[in-house]
Amino acid sequence: MAEPALHLDRLSVAYRSGGRDRAVLRDVSLQIAPGEAYGLVGESGCGKSTVALAVVRYLPRNGKITGGAVMLDGTDVMRLGPEALRHLRAGTVSMVYQDPSKALNPSLKVGCQLGEVFEVMGVPSAEREMRSLEMLQKVRIADPGSVMMRYPHQLSGGMQQRVTIAMALASDPKMLILDEPTTGLDATVEAEALDLISDLRRELGTSILFISHNLAVVAKMSDRVGVLYAGMLVEEGLTREILSSPRHPYTVSLLRCLPRGGQRKDQRRLDNIPGFLPAPGALISGCPFAERCAIADDRCRAEVPELREDCGRLVRCHYPDRAVNIPRSTPSDLVNLKSSWGAAPVLRVSNLSKTYGQGSHAIRAVAGVSLSLLPGETLGLVGESGSGKTTLARMLLGLVPPDPGGAIELDGRPLAASLDRRRDEEVKAVQIVFQNPDSALNRSHSVSRIIGRALRKLGGYRGADLTGRLNALVAAVRLTPRHLSLRPRQLSGGLKQRVAIARSFAGDPRVLVCDEPTSALDVSVQAAILNLLADLQVERNVSYLFISHDLGVVRYLSDRIAVLYLGRIMEMGPSESVFEGPNHPYTEALLSAVPQLDGAQNTRIRLSGEIPSAANPPKGCVFHNRCPRKLGAICETLEPPQNEVQPGHVIRCHIRTEDLQRLQRRGMLSPVS
Amino acid sequence: MKRFLARRFTYAIITLFVLSLLVFFGGQVLPGNVGRAILGPFADQQAVDALNHRLGVDRPLLVQYGSWLGRFLHGDMGESLVYRSPVALVVKAALGQSLKLAAVAFAVVVPLSILGGIVAALNVNRPVDRIITLGGLSVTVLPEFVTGIVLILIFGVWLRWLPVSAAWPDGAGPLTQLYYLILPAMPLVLGLFAYIARMARAGTLDALDSDYTRTAVLKGLPWRKVIWRHVLRNALLPTITVIATQTAFLIGGLLVTEKLFGYQGVGLLIFSAAQSKDFPMLQAGVLVTGIALVVATMVADLLYALLNPRIRLGAE
Ligand SMILES: Nc1ncnc2c1ncn2[C@@H]1O[C@H](COP(=O)(O)OP(=O)(O)OP(=O)(O)O)[C@@H](O)[C@H]1O
Ligand code: SF4
Ligand code: SF4
Ligand SMILES: [Mg+2]
Repeated sequence: MAEPALHLDRLSVAYRSGGRDRAVLRDVSLQIAPGEAYGLVGESGCGKSTVALAVVRYLPRNGKITGGAVMLDGTDVMRLGPEALRHLRAGTVSMVYQDPSKALNPSLKVGCQLGEVFEVMGVPSAEREMRSLEMLQKVRIADPGSVMMRYPHQLSGGMQQRVTIAMALASDPKMLILDEPTTGLDATVEAEALDLISDLRRELGTSILFISHNLAVVAKMSDRVGVLYAGMLVEEGLTREILSSPRHPYTVSLLRCLPRGGQRKDQRRLDNIPGFLPAPGALISGCPFAERCAIADDRCRAEVPELREDCGRLVRCHYPDRAVNIPRSTPSDLVNLKSSWGAAPVLRVSNLSKTYGQGSHAIRAVAGVSLSLLPGETLGLVGESGSGKTTLARMLLGLVPPDPGGAIELDGRPLAASLDRRRDEEVKAVQIVFQNPDSALNRSHSVSRIIGRALRKLGGYRGADLTGRLNALVAAVRLTPRHLSLRPRQLSGGLKQRVAIARSFAGDPRVLVCDEPTSALDVSVQAAILNLLADLQVERNVSYLFISHDLGVVRYLSDRIAVLYLGRIMEMGPSESVFEGPNHPYTEALLSAVPQLDGAQNTRIRLSGEIPSAANPPKGCVFHNRCPRKLGAICETLEPPQNEVQPGHVIRCHIRTEDLQRLQRRGMLSPVS
Repeated sequence: MKRFLARRFTYAIITLFVLSLLVFFGGQVLPGNVGRAILGPFADQQAVDALNHRLGVDRPLLVQYGSWLGRFLHGDMGESLVYRSPVALVVKAALGQSLKLAAVAFAVVVPLSILGGIVAALNVNRPVDRIITLGGLSVTVLPEFVTGIVLILIFGVWLRWLPVSAAWPDGAGPLTQLYYLILPAMPLVLGLFAYIARMARAGTLDALDSDYTRTAVLKGLPWRKVIWRHVLRNALLPTITVIATQTAFLIGGLLVTEKLFGYQGVGLLIFSAAQSKDFPMLQAGVLVTGIALVVATMVADLLYALLNPRIRLGAE
C-alpha cells in the first residue's frame, strides 16, 4: 500500500485547564489513503477540531500532544523544526474551517490574501495575480477580477468560503482538512460548496479529512467515516455501511435522532440521546458511552472495549450484535394532533411588506406576503438567507413596523403594528424563540430568575402562583429543579434553548415564532428540542411559525410550508403536498440541495448566480435570473400568477401545473445556464 | 465612510455646544456678582453696577451667551479680569505650551507603550510579559504628583541630569526646549504607559488568537510576515481608540504636572484662573481644552476609519 496521506498513530491530546491536563483525544488511530476522503463525525465537544488542529500542529496554547504520532505523507509532524513545519504547511497540508468571515483578514484585500499563498510557494510576484485569478475561477466565483480587489466583508458568506477554499487548494496540497466548512451556510450555498469540493477533489486527487456534525453531509462527502466519542474512535468503516447498518450503539442513536424518510411529528417522535458527553479529562474506566447507552451492563462499566474488527469495520463495543435492537430512549408514542382544519385562523397576515431605507437605496425585504396560521398548526418558513424570513418574523412581533397597506390580525381582530401599541394580551400572545439562546438570555441572571421574570411580566403571576407555574413550566420543558439556580453560561446549548422556550411559554402564547431554534445544536439535542416543541404544541394548542433552512426538520414539524424568495412567497401548501410536488422551480432546487443520509445523489439542481439584491429585484418573476426552468421573455416581463396545484397548495410560476408535474416527475431539466 | 464621519462631526459639534453652555452658565451660577467679585467686598455698589454694565453682565443671560459665543468664535475671548489683557493672547500662549508638553509626552509614550504591549503579547505569560504588565501597572496607580516628585528627586536633584524647572531660558532652541520638557513629560508618560500597553497587548493577543492569523500561519507564511501583515494591523485598531480616550486623562495629568513643574500651560492657567476667580480666563481655558479634546477624538476616529476598511468602505 502506498504511504498514507495522513496517519494518526495512537494520538492523544490534552488541554491544560484548572491546573490539570485534561485528556480530549485518547489513542486515536486512523489512516487516510492518497486521494481518499475520510469523514469524522461526533457531537460537539467530542474532539473533532482538536484532531484537525493537532494534524497541522496548531493546538491552542494550553493544548499539547501527550502521546502518539501524526504522520503527514510519511513525515512525522511532531519532529519538524520551525522551518520544515512551515514548508509542510505551505505545500503538503491545507485547512478550511467554519465561519469564513473570520478566517479571512478583515483589513486585507482578497487578492492580497490569496497572493500570499503563491508568495510562500516562491512564485514570482508578476505571476501571482494571474495564478490567483485562475484559482478564483476554479472555485467558480463570478467576476474574479473584482473579487480580488474587494475586502472580505464585501463578499457574501458563500463567496467568502469559496475564497478560503481557493486559498487552501492553491498550493495543490496532498491533504486537505475541512472542519465544518459549510456549517452556518444556507442550504443551497452549502450544497454548492460541497459540490465544488467534490469536483475539485476529483480533479486534483487531494486526500480529505472532512469534519462535520452533520451525518448527511459527511455521507455525501466521504468514502469512509470515523465516529468520534469523548476523544475515542468508536466506529470506523465504509460510509455506506456505517450509515445503513451501524454496529455501535452511539452511531445507532445518532442516526435515530434525525427525522428520516419524510418522518413527521404525528407519526412518531424522534429518538434522542439522554445525558451528556463526559467532560474533557474525565476518568473513563469502562466504555466511554456506558452512561448514555441503553444496553450498558456491568462489564461495559468496568472494561474499556477494544476497537475490534466486526462485519468489515471497526467497532468499540462489547456487544455490537445488540446495537441494532437497542431500545428507544424516548417513547415513540404517537403525538396526538387535533385536526384544526376549518377552524378560524389565530393569525392572519395580508399583503404585508417591509421596505428598509428609501429612494434609490430602498430595500424591499418583504413584499406583499399573505398567510394565515390555524390554531395548533405549524407553518414552516424556508428560504435562503436574505429572503426576508427574519424581517417577517419581526413584523409579526411588532419589532419592525410594516409598510402601510398591510395588515396583521390576531383572532380576527387587527393587531397594532408596533409593540408598544399592542395590548398586554396581544404582546403575550405572540412570542419568539431565537437561534442563539446565548444572546437572548441575560447572562447574569439565574434560570429561575429569567423564567420567573417572564412569568411576572407576561403571565402576571405573583407569590405562590408564580412558584407553582414556574415549576410546571420548568417540568414542561424537561429541565430539573437542579437547573434553576444555574446561570446560562453553566448550561449547554440545548439546555439554554430549553430555558428560552420556557420563557417564551410564560404568557401562554397563541403564536410562537421559532427562528432557526435548533440550527446551533447537535442532532441529539435538536431531536430533544423538536420533540419538546411538538409535545408543547399538543398540550397547549399553540401555533408555530417555524423558520429553518433544514428541510428535514421543517418537514418533521410543519403542517404547512411556505417558501420565501426575495421577500415573496413563491410556494405555499400542506407539507406533504409540497414535498411530493409538483413544486415551484425554486423549491425544487432547494429540495434537491438536501444531502441524503444514504449518500444517494439526487440530481442536484444548480442555481447559477447569487441571490439578487432586494434593492433592485429582477423584473417579471424575481427568480428568473437563476431559474433553471425559465420559459423565456414572459418570465422577464410578467409577474407570474398564483396557480393552485392542489387544494391549498399554490405556486407562483408561469409554467402550467401539468407541465411542472410532467417535467419534475421525469427529472427533466433544461440545460443550466 | 462619509456618513460615519458626518455623524462623528455632528456629535463633536453637539458636544462642543453643550460644553459651551455648561461653561457659560456654570460661570453665571457659581460666582454670583461678577463686578463684586472683581472689585472686592468693600467697593461702592454703584461702581460695581457700572462695571457690571460695562462688562455686559446685566443683560439677559441668553443674550449674553449669544454675544459671548459669537465673540469667542471670532477669537475674542474677552478680557482677563486679573491681567486686564485679552484672554485670547494668554490662552493661546498657554495652549501652545501645553501642546508642546503633551506632544512630547505622546511622542514618547505612544510608540513605547505600543511596542511594550506587542512585546508582552508575543511573549505572553513569560517573564518579559510579567515585567511589562506588572511594572506598567504599578507605575500607573501612583498619582502624577508622586511620580513627578520622585522623578524630580532622582533626575533633577540627585543625578542632576535634567533641569528641575520646565521654564527654559528665553530664546532657547527646540532642542533645549525638548531637554527641558523631558522631565515634566515623564509623569504623563508613566501614567499613560500601562493603559495603552495593556490595550495593545490585548489587541495583539486577540489578533494572535484569531482565525485569520491561523489562516496566515497555516499558509506557511513566515512568522515575521504573519505579525506585520496580519496581526499588527488589526491589533492596533482598538489601541488607537484608547489613545484618543486617554487624551482626557492626559489633560487632567497636565494640570498636575504643570503645577508641579511650574509650567505655564493651560492646566496651570485654568488652575490659577479658578483660584483668582478670573472667569473669562477660566471659561476660555476650559472651552479651549474641550475643543482640544474633541479634536483629538475626531482625529482618532478618522484614523480608525482610515485603517478599518469596514468603515472606510461603508459597511455599517
Ligand atoms: N483551549 C482549550 N482549553 C481547554 N479545553 C478546550 C480547549 N479547546 C477545546 N477544549 C475542550 O476540548 C474538547 C474537544 O474540543 P473540540 O473543539 O475538539 O471539539 P469538536 O468536536 O470540534 O466540537 P464542535 O463540534 O463544537 O466544534 C471540548 O470539551 C472542549 O470544550
Ligand atoms: S460497550 Fe456497552 S456501554 Fe459501551 S456502547 Fe457497547 S453496549 Fe454500550
Ligand atoms: S415564472 Fe419563469 S422564471 Fe419564474 S419560476 Fe416560473 S419558470 Fe422560473
Ligand atoms: Mg469543532
